Amino acid sequence: MAEMDTSSQGGGHKKGPGVKKSKKLSTRVDLTPMVDLGFLLITFFIFTTTMSQPTAMRLFLPKDTEKPEEQNKAKESGALTIMMSKDDNVYYYEGILSPDGANFKSTNFKEIRDVILNKKKNTDPKDFVVVIKPGKEATYKNVVNMLDEMQINVVKRYALVDIAEAEAMLIAATEGGPAPAPAPQQ
Amino acid sequence: MPKAKLPRKSTHIDMTAMCDVAFLLLSFFILTTKFKPSEALAVQTPSSVASKVAPQKDVTQITIDKDGKVFLSFSEDAPRKEIVEALNASRNLGLSEAEVTALATGPFIGVPIAQLKSLAAQPKENWPKMQVPGIPVLDTINNELVDWMRAVKTGFTGTKMNLLVKGDNASKYPSFKGVIDAFKKVDEMKFQMVTNPEGVEEGTELYRENMSRGKGGAEAAEE
Repeated sequence: MAEMDTSSQGGGHKKGPGVKKSKKLSTRVDLTPMVDLGFLLITFFIFTTTMSQPTAMRLFLPKDTEKPEEQNKAKESGALTIMMSKDDNVYYYEGILSPDGANFKSTNFKEIRDVILNKKKNTDPKDFVVVIKPGKEATYKNVVNMLDEMQINVVKRYALVDIAEAEAMLIAATEGGPAPAPAPQQ
Repeated sequence: MPKAKLPRKSTHIDMTAMCDVAFLLLSFFILTTKFKPSEALAVQTPSSVASKVAPQKDVTQITIDKDGKVFLSFSEDAPRKEIVEALNASRNLGLSEAEVTALATGPFIGVPIAQLKSLAAQPKENWPKMQVPGIPVLDTINNELVDWMRAVKTGFTGTKMNLLVKGDNASKYPSFKGVIDAFKKVDEMKFQMVTNPEGVEEGTELYRENMSRGKGGAEAAEE
């Protein structure tokens, strides 16, 4: 890449002192660095344009009805209730919660997909409904991830519901209790 | 034996043409780039598989920051002045014309309604640096976002509004619930959550559905 300046060198010390020869400088400029710079900027702009497009996830809220008989009753056997709590812990139970909490199970975000798919396979499609109950300690990210999970697993019916007192207590007991949770203790 | 004289060709390539192309592309990308409007609030959005691009026009955006504080902001073309005026009228705040304009042109609103007057007195440049408490939403009885949403609905009368919620990964659910409750109260049942795009994992049901939907009409089925 070494550029040789061939048009003239040094000045005329070979020529006599009186000989004045106008130097012929080349008008060519090496444009390589400029092209480099140009493409560098292009790559920068290409990346910034495509990356900064945020997407939006739609959510339709159901109307709160005063009369309980007007509400869509979810068939209990077809329901899967998923609860989220702190440190990305996920709990779930199928159907209705048994009084002793025997069907209350603990899981995490990786395994919940299999739980959902399993339930979906074993349930009549028109009875299948997922109830999402984020706890007080759940983050916004958990909620969005769980709603996203519904999209990924093509769950047609799901609801975002407040957590019930009994469930919150069960979670608190599981997390604070002596029974070691599968999640790493902190 | 005649000497095969190979003419010595210069190894120089004329870069001018390439340079022209490079800068043409460069100017194209510079002009088409829409930089994100300088966000007054730094929020880390979660990612989702949603593929619809978030709307830019007629936007009312609720931002939840990492501490669960709620802020309200509007896009440039939203009837911001009408909204603030509607709130001024409904809550009898007695804001002057200048204060209404100051609030309407500010970057975001993140104070309880009672403090709006003092917020309007501050220069807008200082707003992002101020320690503001956010709009109170946690209290079910005194959820001030409900008043705001009513004013927003009045302001947007006749225009389709895009309601966006932009939450931080780390914000806790109760703030989000307060926001949804406010939406429900004013019968705004449709809203969108701003997320970062994320690829659909292979082998999942959505992936299969997207594949079977074929090349055409992939957008149409998005509901």
